[in-house]
Amino acid sequence: MRALTWHGKHDVRVDSVADPEIINPRDAIIRVTSTAICGSDLHLYDGYIPTMKAGDILGHEFMGEVVETGSKSTLEKGQRVVVPFTIACGACFHCSKHQYSACDNGLPADNQDIAQAAYGHPMAGLFGYSHMTGGYAGGQAEYVRIPFSDVGPIVVPEGVEDDKVLFLSDILPTGWQAAEYAQIEPGDTVAVWGCGPVGLFAVQSAFLMGAERVIAIDHFPHRLELARRFGAETINFEETKTYDALLEMTGGIGPDACIDAVGLEAHGFFADNIWDQIKVSTFTGTDRTHSIRQAILACRKGGRVSMPAVYGGFVDKFPLGAFMEKGLTLKTGQTHVQHYMPALLNAIMEGKIDTTFLISHHMPLEKAAEGYKLFHDKQDEVTKIVLKPGWDLTEAA
Amino acid sequence: MGTGLTETQKTDTPITASKHGDVAREASLSLVEPKGDTLVAKTVTINRPREELYDYWRNLERLPSFMENIERVEALGEKRYRWVVKAPAGHMVEWVALVTEEKAGEYIAWTADEGAEIANSGRVDFRDAPGGRGTWVTATILYDPPAGIIGKAVAKLFQREPAIQVRRDLRRFKQLMETGEVATAAWTKAQLAEEND
Repeated sequence: MRALTWHGKHDVRVDSVADPEIINPRDAIIRVTSTAICGSDLHLYDGYIPTMKAGDILGHEFMGEVVETGSKSTLEKGQRVVVPFTIACGACFHCSKHQYSACDNGLPADNQDIAQAAYGHPMAGLFGYSHMTGGYAGGQAEYVRIPFSDVGPIVVPEGVEDDKVLFLSDILPTGWQAAEYAQIEPGDTVAVWGCGPVGLFAVQSAFLMGAERVIAIDHFPHRLELARRFGAETINFEETKTYDALLEMTGGIGPDACIDAVGLEAHGFFADNIWDQIKVSTFTGTDRTHSIRQAILACRKGGRVSMPAVYGGFVDKFPLGAFMEKGLTLKTGQTHVQHYMPALLNAIMEGKIDTTFLISHHMPLEKAAEGYKLFHDKQDEVTKIVLKPGWDLTEAA
Repeated sequence: MGTGLTETQKTDTPITASKHGDVAREASLSLVEPKGDTLVAKTVTINRPREELYDYWRNLERLPSFMENIERVEALGEKRYRWVVKAPAGHMVEWVALVTEEKAGEYIAWTADEGAEIANSGRVDFRDAPGGRGTWVTATILYDPPAGIIGKAVAKLFQREPAIQVRRDLRRFKQLMETGEVATAAWTKAQLAEEND
């Protein structure tokens, strides 16, 4: 089959590799019909993520058609499914509490040591995101082996176009969980740092959960415009003192809930162990954690801070005093995708949530390397690239 | 018996977390005919009833399904078993061990025959986990790290750091019991065969 493979910094290629096979009883194989490039894939592209090996297949936002099933899979050939980016068993203590991203069994046993050493415990596996998260082949390929296919993928109804449901795989549940963790109450003002896909979905989700106002913060004009389209008020932090603006816009109270959707954006847990050190040593480290510091300082007394943004290592100058004195609550974590998929699929089908606005480009999988470069170089105009296996080189939209 | 604790301890902490003392000697107090002077012990929680876990483990021939360096275990009768372990360059190391103690659903203990190439003994305890979370499975193993070619075999068996190998084997046991399979990132059968080599 053809697949986008990683070979080093700014070196990804579409190669011919072995077709996947059923390995375990609960596996399924899907033929990929749509597969997106995530912002966090750019961190692999930039070479920031350790434990990558040449030839690794990338991609963790994908969907397709079931073409083969293991003896314990509950899927059927021909079904269309969206695949969660987290690989979780559905049977351990954490999965039974719907804490899927904390699954005990998603990672191969030998791959659990690094996370155990770094964080105290291993987490769930991830598709296409280095060997620390399992070394699983990703979804930017014609075919993918899906472990635990009886509990992960969600079957989508006939006739629904891929673009409407593809983001159930990662960024839509991530934005939704971020808003849920903000424990929004009617009448609340919610501030969202970062208008990338997760931030924009958090804006939509916050309104659906009863927020009266949402204030979106970014510096890309196009992204702020998208947030405005969903009813958010906006702050461009390059032109505005964010803390001052937030306090004035809330009559001195501060936002009731603050969502930090900036971070590293990566799903890798460990990158900034190294990354932070580089940044701190070059005095650029403050940018990294600026959003979470600002969120804590601006948040109203007794308010809530939600942090979908991914942090992997240690942060400097965390305002623990402000956090304690104001009595804030912080909730964070990788997304429990499997928990949110069914309800969010319903919300999409009922027209309550739109995800298609995000897609700026469709390209053949064969052009994936160009797609990475384009996304990397033009982050304002490129909001989302969806790769299409099977499209020939002349097709684009 | 079966608690992983010994009478000489002053607190409730497991001996493997001790900062000092002869933990191997303490562990040997929980074994019949202890052999080996180096201790490895680890506990994992498995979300299944202890009878089920014990029954799987007690059928020792099945251990290679989650212990990656065990080639096979053969029943010789009268609670004696031949262990065949993978060594470098396609070689095998083997010894015979006797099941010294067992109680259905609770524990199983063994000791290698006198003169075994690798002196070793140990026990596996199965206890109800609090809060209805399944079973605590504790493996306690004493062994003598030998030198030379056999030393290399042991290094492979324990992947140099014995605690890591036991931890990984227990994780695979947990995966097999909770999910019915051992997690792997291999996407072709050829890759899987290479991994298991």
